[in-house]
Amino acid sequence: MDIMSLTALEMGRKIKNKEIGVVEAAKAALDRSEALESIVHGFVTLDGEGAIRSAQRIQKLIDEGTLTGPLAGVPMAVKDNICTKGLLTTCSSKILYNFVPPYSAQAVLNMEKAGAVIIGKTNMDEFAMGSTTETSAYGVTRNPWNMDHVPGGSSGGSCAVVASEEVSYSLGSDTGGSIRQPSSFCGVTGIKPTYGTVSRYGLIAYGSSLDQIGPVAKNVSDCTAILEAVASFDKKDSTSVLRENYDFSSALVDDVKGMKIGIPRDYFGQGLDEDVKAAVMAAASILEQKGAIVEEFDLSLTEYAIPAYYVIASAEASSNLARFDGVKYGYRAPEFEGLHEMYKKSRSQGFGAEVKRRIMLGSFVLSSGYYDAYYLKALRTKALIKEAFDKAFAKYDIILGPVAPSTAPRLGESLTDPIKMYLGDIYTIAVNLAGLPAISLPCGRDKKGLPIGLQLIGDCFKENNIIRAAYSFEQTREYERPEIAKEERR
Amino acid sequence: MSNIITDETIEYVSILAKLDLSEEEREQAKKDMGSMLDYIDKLNELNTQGVEPMSHIFPVNNVFREDVLENGDDRDNLLSNAPQKKDGCYKVPKTVE
Repeated sequence: MDIMSLTALEMGRKIKNKEIGVVEAAKAALDRSEALESIVHGFVTLDGEGAIRSAQRIQKLIDEGTLTGPLAGVPMAVKDNICTKGLLTTCSSKILYNFVPPYSAQAVLNMEKAGAVIIGKTNMDEFAMGSTTETSAYGVTRNPWNMDHVPGGSSGGSCAVVASEEVSYSLGSDTGGSIRQPSSFCGVTGIKPTYGTVSRYGLIAYGSSLDQIGPVAKNVSDCTAILEAVASFDKKDSTSVLRENYDFSSALVDDVKGMKIGIPRDYFGQGLDEDVKAAVMAAASILEQKGAIVEEFDLSLTEYAIPAYYVIASAEASSNLARFDGVKYGYRAPEFEGLHEMYKKSRSQGFGAEVKRRIMLGSFVLSSGYYDAYYLKALRTKALIKEAFDKAFAKYDIILGPVAPSTAPRLGESLTDPIKMYLGDIYTIAVNLAGLPAISLPCGRDKKGLPIGLQLIGDCFKENNIIRAAYSFEQTREYERPEIAKEERR
Repeated sequence: MSNIITDETIEYVSILAKLDLSEEEREQAKKDMGSMLDYIDKLNELNTQGVEPMSHIFPVNNVFREDVLENGDDRDNLLSNAPQKKDGCYKVPKTVE
């Protein structure tokens, strides 16, 4: 049997039952990753030695009975903007080409406590700025379903390595759709939790008011188990929220009877691919057949989410990325005259084009004379968008729609026209502005055979509604694997 | 394009952003910023009079904690990432004449 075809929870059970050893699992993941790296290139760094060492340690803890969680011993990967102590963390940027964090993110510590074996760090758009993983300084990642297509982004590596079965699950981060959109493009499942649910301590900040870490896996049950392990209140993150409820697995129930589902008409207008529309509407009618009450409604303000997002995210990025100056870590320009030139040259040589574009825009909208007109205007728009969602959730338990207007574009097609690329985030971005939880899960494939994702959005702290609906929908279809995952292993 | 970004604006913004752009990058930045601002101007269609700017989605204001030292001296560990260091400190070019 090929153990990498198992889900994370299946593998965790087999490890618990001593059918699979933790080192054996780590080796299987490493072998497979090494074999596929030249094709998929989902990793920036593979950590063979570290993985085997921690696998041995975790096996001992399992044998002693100290580690009993459902994910103990399961090999996984972490997006390269999440700090891992002693393991290179680049944000897929040249400016952090040699950064070895002196500490681990709280999310990583939580996963290690649950027995995670980290195989490596996954490729992403530089500083999570992009929707294709093509802005990485370390080369593009390919979509396991079709190597000529992008995996989406910015957590493209995290989603590709789950789809190609190089690891059992991964952590990604989502600022404007960066977990959900690549999950959709790669045919896997990903959750963006309610803002404040997962600690951002050790997540290299892009848009701090929008960033959330979340799980990527093959199905809803895996994602739920990972979310339970990774979520925690953390006083080291001042935006961390102490939730009343950290139990998500009790929502894994195949029952949507009476659940009220709203479908925003605004999400099905111009620009939505026909195949995507058909698959998402088919998913809605399946939930309706299962007893949910499905209704169309007008969410409103949809077209304002993207411009508001780019003002807010760029403003926060320009401030957050000020720390990369060649003094304490990362790249320093080899030649310069004086301190200021060192800052400028290190930054200009270290950052890629998309990062510079957003830092420039962010610096502009925060500059005196423009702050009110752009930055405060965007924050006021955010308040209106949140209000629109509040109204919707007064009527509906969840909102159902597509994740992205199309399936994965071809490599090289997106970066030439930034605004066009930004428009691809239209269905995901408002969720971050309003701090809501949302899940992306596969619901079909288009004519080209590329996966289509279904997005379910919940009210703040109501992850359990979207998990229940997603789980119920998932029971009606088989998990589909790309050809590359089925190939005979060397 | 209704937002024309001048050379002066790009110069000013690149000083704020501490970026040293090449001639080519400058021209591209003028175009990109102009078209982004045209797009962002869409927000002006919205009447936001009387709407409070929302930074945090939850009613969280200042988060305080006791000022107690919890972490130890991690100097060597932190300095291990320094591009240049000397005598247990970060080394930078001369800042004061």
